[in-house]
Amino acid sequence: MPATAPGRTVLDGRDIARAMTRISHEILERNKGATDLILLGLHTRGVPLARRIADGIAGVEGVPVAVGELDVTMYRDDLRSQPTRRAHKTQLPAGGIDGKVVVLVDDVLFSGRTIRAALDALADLGRPAAVRLAVLVDRGHRELPIRADHVGKNLPSARSERVSVRLAEVDGTDEVTIS
Amino acid sequence: MRHLLSVDDLSVDQVEAIFETAAEMHDVQHRDVKKLPALRGRTVVNMFFEDSTRTRSSFEIAGKWLSADVINISAKGSSASKGESLRDTVLTVCAMGVDGLVVRHPASGSARQVSEWVDAAVVNAGDGTHEHPTQALLDAYTLQRRLGSLEGRHVAIVGDLTHSRVFRSNVLCLTKLGARVTVVAPPTLMPAGVAAWSAAAGFETSYDLDAVLPHADAVMMLRVQRERMSGAFFPSAREYTVGYGLTRDRLRLLRPDVPICHPGPMNRGLEIAADAADAAQSAVLEQVSSGLAVRMSVLYHLLAGEEA
Repeated sequence: MPATAPGRTVLDGRDIARAMTRISHEILERNKGATDLILLGLHTRGVPLARRIADGIAGVEGVPVAVGELDVTMYRDDLRSQPTRRAHKTQLPAGGIDGKVVVLVDDVLFSGRTIRAALDALADLGRPAAVRLAVLVDRGHRELPIRADHVGKNLPSARSERVSVRLAEVDGTDEVTIS
Repeated sequence: MRHLLSVDDLSVDQVEAIFETAAEMHDVQHRDVKKLPALRGRTVVNMFFEDSTRTRSSFEIAGKWLSADVINISAKGSSASKGESLRDTVLTVCAMGVDGLVVRHPASGSARQVSEWVDAAVVNAGDGTHEHPTQALLDAYTLQRRLGSLEGRHVAIVGDLTHSRVFRSNVLCLTKLGARVTVVAPPTLMPAGVAAWSAAAGFETSYDLDAVLPHADAVMMLRVQRERMSGAFFPSAREYTVGYGLTRDRLRLLRPDVPICHPGPMNRGLEIAADAADAAQSAVLEQVSSGLAVRMSVLYHLLAGEEA
């Protein structure tokens, strides 16, 4: 049974669904179709979001889109300042990422440090033709020169506030809250 | 996790965390760029006061693939051969600002002793006839990948138990993970006091390999360690093989899906026949590649997080 998160709900399940549908269309439009496209979800909640976008694109184009998952734990710049983090699975579609358009998918864009780590991880895995970024929520406060290409919702927030994304696949329900 | 000195110090959760990370590290072996930046700027020293090929090179590659700087020091060619004490050698090396120390030494208990002298994280890579925890972890990891789970599975450990640190660490690790263990050896190579230990730790002993093999879910052959034998433990190599070697004939007693492990180096024709070592069910080379992944995971868990 999904526990309720504290704070104010800024996106409910239907908002999230609409945002993901729009992002699916944006990606298709930008890429002029679904060829050579790879959706790479960042652990933990980027992975189900990438699958949802893939389903959305498949629904429009009628062709399956390659989906993978990327774990950036080993590439983080804050390993030394936290208790040892557990690594997750990195799984690329068969054929790898060389020459493909990789769309990184994550739930929240904040400091940009996770994306920096993801770009480093990608460089060790191959050479994509282009890398783009899709996020459900952009809450600002970037610490690096990184921006998203596709944003579900821009959510102005104070640095001290907490933005929580909960997804059915992981948490049993779909919502974004701020507290 | 501050040091890795004995399997006994690890909880089941910690073992599972090490395996989980190892599974991710395993994939790096198949990449073009075999490098993760997790231990960038960290220094690991391999101090080997005893001969080793696979353990030392495995730790060296593991450290390098995690981007640590790795230095090897062996007894031959170091100040230890000029009569420097272990403590002085260790303190000297650590004075250079070392983060991790991988120690192999012929004295049992030496790794724990070293850990009391230094701030660096210490990994026991074999101390005398006491323990070899990363070997036990990699064996259990290999078997878990082959068998799915170790819970309730029957593992036979066969050979020179008296001189084997691998046996000691493996019994601790396998029983911790729920496996049923039977150790098999000639009476002269069964360690003193094994009856009391097996009763306390819940494993079985046997002198009859032929009776054990048909019921085994995995078999682990240990090396006959002639270099540690001062007396005559068996009349001849031939006699050892007849009684306790995994020969071509004995191979037929095993189900064809039963993994055969050997920590290496193998004495082919003594404790293991070529037919068994090279059989399709042999896991010997898998142990080597798993060993690398497990050692990367151990170094990661010891050195990547914040100071404890």
